[in-house]
This record gives sequence, structure tokens and C-alpha cells, in this order.
Amino acid sequence: MIRVTNLVKKFDKLTAVDDVTFNVEAGEIFAFLGPNGAGKTTTIKMLTTLLHPTSGSIELDGLNPQTHQHEARQRFGIVFQDPSLDGELTAWENLQIHAVLYHVPGKVARQRAEELLKLFELWERRNDQVKKFSGGMKRRLEIARGFLHTPRILFLDEPTLGLDPQSRNQLWTHVKRVNEAENVTVFLTTHYMDEADRVAHRIGVIDHGKLVTQGTPAEIKEQTGTTTLEDAFLKLTGSTIREESASSADQMRQFAKMWSGGKK
Amino acid sequence: MKVIYVLWLREVKRYLRSRVQIIASLGNPILYLLVLGFGLGPVFRRAGNGDYLQFVAPGIIGMSILFTSIFSGIGLLWDRQFGFLKEMLVAPVSRMQIMVGRTLGGSTVAVFQGLLITVICLLAGFRPTHWIAIPYAIGFMVLIAINFAALGVAIGSGLQDMQGFQLIMNFLVMPIYFLSGALFPLTDTKSVLKYITRADPLSYGIDGMRNVLGSPNHAFDPRIDVLVLCVVGFVFLIFGAYRFSKIEA
Repeated sequence: MIRVTNLVKKFDKLTAVDDVTFNVEAGEIFAFLGPNGAGKTTTIKMLTTLLHPTSGSIELDGLNPQTHQHEARQRFGIVFQDPSLDGELTAWENLQIHAVLYHVPGKVARQRAEELLKLFELWERRNDQVKKFSGGMKRRLEIARGFLHTPRILFLDEPTLGLDPQSRNQLWTHVKRVNEAENVTVFLTTHYMDEADRVAHRIGVIDHGKLVTQGTPAEIKEQTGTTTLEDAFLKLTGSTIREESASSADQMRQFAKMWSGGKK
Repeated sequence: MKVIYVLWLREVKRYLRSRVQIIASLGNPILYLLVLGFGLGPVFRRAGNGDYLQFVAPGIIGMSILFTSIFSGIGLLWDRQFGFLKEMLVAPVSRMQIMVGRTLGGSTVAVFQGLLITVICLLAGFRPTHWIAIPYAIGFMVLIAINFAALGVAIGSGLQDMQGFQLIMNFLVMPIYFLSGALFPLTDTKSVLKYITRADPLSYGIDGMRNVLGSPNHAFDPRIDVLVLCVVGFVFLIFGAYRFSKIEA
């Protein structure tokens, strides 16, 4: 479903993604793990047509996202690291705009929106403005929205960041359910190793732009001779802390936190 | 078309729902209208330039349209990181449609705002010579709104942080406002100021409104006003669309 071959992305002197090759099969949940600045988000941006690779090739459901941008976009859904809902609009309106943007016919869109809102336990709140939702509810709505146009692939970039264990647990239960029911391929990144261990069928670990290893959680633990994925991860990527200089996006994130009273 | 429509509708809905913001945004124009209109009125009259309120009302209307429309575009900065814009940028629709929907939405909101100020001006004692002139004045409001909503998109597409916003505010938006002849007549400006005020597109929008509403001291032929606004607006739209197409999410 996702076929990445010798993918490279260079920004000036920095090589953010360095010769990465992996495959994700249809219906699989694939977790892409790595420390901060390892190249996860850059890879997702290339997969989702937001950045052009320096070299290498990407295939999404048999399509090259660079030459068939719109067709590829129609086939995947994405949930970004930062929220991308319209807080002034209601949950229902957010979904309906998404449906228009993805060319889902009105009747189908209403049906599907109802199904998904019920599944993600947001149906009762459909006519409330999104700004009144909790962090967990917003995330669920974003994921429901990602599924609205029945994509073949769903990308989730750190979807559980800042959520409590209950919300995280519930969120993954829902994602798994749709993954099984509709055979949607899920490509996710997270910093919570226990989540990856529990949810993902296969895992890829990236560090300094290079793919360090890939395999099932059990294989990776066996490979490194550890009992938990967290230990395996530390063994593979070392325990030094990655200093990232704050980008303008980080500064704005700080600002956003301030304005929303600390909750995201 | 449907895409442009929903994005336009979104801007309008957002505007109508933020009541507090609407009221807050009326404060500034009212202040200008009252302080300048009634404060400077006697001096203006003594100088033989007629009724200042009649003169300044189109200027205040133009100001509120300028601010509302240009901010709708500059809001991209915020929207790109924490808003709906990212969702639109990965959707299988062309950037052009998104830009047009957003610009039209921003312009519509700005015209609403202009109409609100018009009502306030009427309450304060402003009287157009003919009531028939109002639709023509609205035509000029639409032109001003489209011009600056497009310029706002062009600027907002390139802004990286909040400091940049301050820079634009102080070195672009405020000068556009103060040099437009919103507050003083352009009929007898001298030397350098004359050329600067004539390079400001807002001058023509406000002058156009003065022309049709029958305010004293209009400076140009109304046909010139329309022509300049259309040409500059077209250039801004192209420029905005180009800059918007270059956004990296």
C-alpha cells in the first residue's frame, strides 16, 4: 500500500531523511518511531504530498504522489501534529466542509458523518462549536474526519500528544475498529512506546534520518534482547537527548498554549 | 465552484458567530468618527472646507474595510499552524480555489463591516446627497475589500511569526490608512505627499465613495477611481494567488 524506496530529503546542508526504504502492506498498522528531529514528520510530509523528496520514490496505492497529487490526496486521510479543526464551526460543519473538499456527494457524506460521529462517540455533540470540545474530543473528531472520505490510508502524526491515558486508550480502540472494519492502512508516529507495542502490527525505527530497524514489536524486542519496546528503542537510538532549536512553529505553539490556557 | 462556496460560507459563518469581535472592531472607527468628526469639525469649517463629518465618514468606512479585509488575509499565519488551512492544503482541490474562496469570504465580511460603519455614520449625522448613491458606494466598498483581502493573502502567505505581523501593521497597514486621504483632503496636498497619496490604492476607494456620496473635497474623477481600483485589484489578486500557491505547509 505504501512503498518507499531510497527516499532522501535534504534541507540545505542537513539531510533530514537519508536513504529510507520500507513497505507497508494493505490493512496494516505501521508505527514510525524515532526521537525528536529524527525525520518522522519530514517523512510524513513527503508521503502526504506536502514536501517534495530530494531523491528516491514513493508509491501510495500504486500512485506516485508527485505526479498524481490530487488522486493520491483523495486516497489518504491525515491527522496533523497540530490541530486543524475550525473551532468556530460545529463538529458537523467541520465534517461537511471536509466532504466538499474531498468531493464526497452530499447524501453519502451525511450518512458517513453520522456513522463516524456515532462510532467516535461525538454524535450528541455534533451541533456544538468545536472550540468547546476537550483535547481528546477534538482529536477524535479529527480522526473521524480523516476517515470521512473512506481513504485507503490514514496518516496519524503524534495523535495522542497531550492526551490522558483514558483518551489515548479510547482513541486507539476506535482507530483499530475502523482499521479492521474497512481494511484501512494506518501509518502513525508516536512517542509512547507502549501504544506502538499494543496497536502496531509492524514498527520502523528512524534515527538521524536513517531507518535503524523494522519488524514486528516482538521481532524488535528479540533483536535487541530486551523485554519492552521502550528498552529496545533506547538501545537502538541511544539515550542522549536530542536538542532541537525552536523553530517559528514551536514558538507559535507556545503562544497558542498561552492563549488557550494551557490546554490544547 | 462548490469548494469556493463552502469556503466563502465558512468565513461568513465565522464572522457572524464572533459577536464580541464584531462589537470590539467597531470601537476604533467610532473613536475616529467622534473624536475627529466633532473635534476637528470647527477647524475644518473655519478653513473653508465644509463639514468635516461629511468629509471624514467615507474615510472611516474605508478604514474599517481596509483593516477587516487585510487582517482576514494575514490571519493565514495563524491558520496555517493551528487552523483549518492545513486541512485545506492537503485536500484534493487546487490552491487557486482555496485562495479565491477565502479572499471572497474575507471581502464579504469586510463589506459587512463597512455597512455597519455606514449605519453608525448615518446615526452620527452623516447624510449622503442622494440615497440612490448608497448602492454605488457599496460598489466601491466591494472593490476596496477585494483589493486588500488579496493583498492580505499575499502578505499572510509569507509571514513566519508574530513579529512579522507587527512589522506589517506599522509599516504597511497604518501608512496605507494615513496616506489615503481618509482623514485629510487630497485636493491641496503638496510635493512628495502628493505622489505618495496617489500611489496608495485606498485613496481611490475612499475618493470614489466621496464622489458618489457627495462629500466635499473629492480629488479625482470617479471613473479614474474605478479604473485604478480594478487594475490594482487584479494585480493584487494575481500576486496573492501566486504567493498562496508557494505556501509550504
